[in-house]
Amino acid sequence: MKEPLIRVVKKAELGRKETLILRLEAILLALVAGGLFILCLGQNPFVIYQTILTGALRSGMAIQATVKIAIPLLIASLGVTLAFKMRFWNIGAEGQIIMGGVFASYFALFHSGWNHWLLVIVMFIAGAVGGGLWGLIPAWFKTKYDTNETLFTLMLNYIALNVIVFLREGPWRDPGSQGYAKIARFDKNASLDRVFGIQFGWIIALVLLVLIWIYMNRSKQGYEISVVGESQETARYAGMNVKKVILRTMFLSGAVCGIGGMVQATGSDVTLTTAVAGGVGFTAIIVAWLAQLNPPAILLVTILFSILEKGSSVVQSSFGLSSDCADVLQGIILFFILGCELFIRYKFVFRGKGDVRA
Amino acid sequence: MSSELIIKFLVAAVLAGTPFLFGTVGEILSEKVGHLNLGVEGMMAIGACAGFMAGYVTDSFVIAILAAAAAGTLAALIYGVLTVTFMANQNVTGLTMTIFGTGLSNFVGVYMLERSEGGTLKLPERVTAQMRNIDIPGLSDIPVLGELLFSYNPFVYLGLVIAVLAGIYLYKTQTGLNVQAIGENPAAADAAGIEVTKWRYINILLSGAICGIGGAYCSMIINSGVWLRDSVGGLGWISVALVIFASWKPINVIYGSFVFGALRVLKYYVPKNTYAIPTAFFDALPFLITALVLVIASMRKSKRSHIPAHLGVNYFREER
Repeated sequence: MKEPLIRVVKKAELGRKETLILRLEAILLALVAGGLFILCLGQNPFVIYQTILTGALRSGMAIQATVKIAIPLLIASLGVTLAFKMRFWNIGAEGQIIMGGVFASYFALFHSGWNHWLLVIVMFIAGAVGGGLWGLIPAWFKTKYDTNETLFTLMLNYIALNVIVFLREGPWRDPGSQGYAKIARFDKNASLDRVFGIQFGWIIALVLLVLIWIYMNRSKQGYEISVVGESQETARYAGMNVKKVILRTMFLSGAVCGIGGMVQATGSDVTLTTAVAGGVGFTAIIVAWLAQLNPPAILLVTILFSILEKGSSVVQSSFGLSSDCADVLQGIILFFILGCELFIRYKFVFRGKGDVRA
Repeated sequence: MSSELIIKFLVAAVLAGTPFLFGTVGEILSEKVGHLNLGVEGMMAIGACAGFMAGYVTDSFVIAILAAAAAGTLAALIYGVLTVTFMANQNVTGLTMTIFGTGLSNFVGVYMLERSEGGTLKLPERVTAQMRNIDIPGLSDIPVLGELLFSYNPFVYLGLVIAVLAGIYLYKTQTGLNVQAIGENPAAADAAGIEVTKWRYINILLSGAICGIGGAYCSMIINSGVWLRDSVGGLGWISVALVIFASWKPINVIYGSFVFGALRVLKYYVPKNTYAIPTAFFDALPFLITALVLVIASMRKSKRSHIPAHLGVNYFREER
């Protein structure tokens, strides 16, 4: 049989530096591809890219808006990272964010008279519990019946969304609102304080970042997550209680996402709307994956994506290009990164060239 | 309920279920070769945009359908290259496709809106005339049956034909059985001389084309010819879920999409005052039922389950 023209061969593991260079090349290529796309629309890609960058960072207010976008995204990305490390496909961050928001909103709406800090702490815990429980449902079915978690968590997103609709139209409807139904604005006592002009969710996010980094890299439980992710058999052989690890990790994953929902509702929106998650749960999956589930890298990617998001809204107002271009560019970047993974793990051998049995 | 209302409900259910007919059959083709494509929503969105815009610009319904299928195929090609050749993670690639596809669709929509007269995009009369309900002389006039079976727009029949053809292809031809072997055990299929890579590409691309047409249904029919953002709006996700409900059989999709269509429109037909069920419950119903089906299917995971054994696992020849 003739040797194929191109063969794919596994190669020895690359060093960190080479891997990083390959990924940066992929991002560069992605920006070129995105640029071609912009060119097709009759715009100058350099001008657009520059507008995105300056639009997100041009003033104190712009930076505040960018950080505001980054807060829930960072938290949710950290949340899904815990699950992904375990190879548990938690596509349900969206729903977990929502349930965190719902649980926290209960206290914001009905116990707004409590002492401020007590209320904030209770809302924080409520958000974590809400998201955690919502994450626990698919995990329980996974451990009990091996139910496909990808699809299950996905369905829970839409169910959670309708929970808000139900509350908005029924029990939590603001009697003061004329016309369409909405949930009342939270009392000032129930909204998060500001630090440097931005709701202090950003501090929560950064603290979570450090905690989760330590948890994943320096704790026994974090180690268990990676082992279960690598191979459940190995984990079982090593005497780990795999079911317990899955349940615990998914509760934590959901809880972190739920905190994201609590922060978004009580810090940024100061009410509960159906847009409390607004796609952040999905973008978080991309962020976590791009950052290779590495918390410091997640921060970096979150900042990049938030700039892209905020900058795109400026591009919309100055060039009439929809801010949806942020989604398009994010997609293109990830496509290229996904493609480049192959070159990190494998190499191509052309017919007749060199060592066939590499 | 009066019989008239029942007929109206059934017709509405068929119409509401048609997007699933395309999305689910497409996803089955992909899953049967072992590729769980979470990008259905994105491929449908891209098809929705391409189909609508092609119809808007060219005045031709046929070109619109072809453009939707072509755009869906292109989107599927990205997914295919990344997952089949580059062996990238299928979940992440599919999700990215969904975000990319919905973004692109909305983006192009806004771009065209900005350049349209009067700030709205409406399909020209010539196109809408071609996608009106088919009127078959004689058949359509039969009382009840005529309305129930022979009064739909061309998409509905196209979807039915595609579902039947896909069923024959997968379950009644030698090629189809070979293709199914790929999803069950790619290494064994490879050893048996089945061209794994080739058939993976063929199925994934077909899946994209079908999803693209389903998207065109969403943008062209659902909002009666007016372009709206997010016309697919989650229907692609339900399609992915419906695969399980249909237990990986295209023929089952026909009644499955009808049932889910019925769930979608149920809220308009339940007598208002009799039961005080919130509408949010009805909106969540398709998702609740899917979750339930998922759980039940996994509880009695028997050998008769049709889930491809190697679903979601990429195949690297040298690792078999």
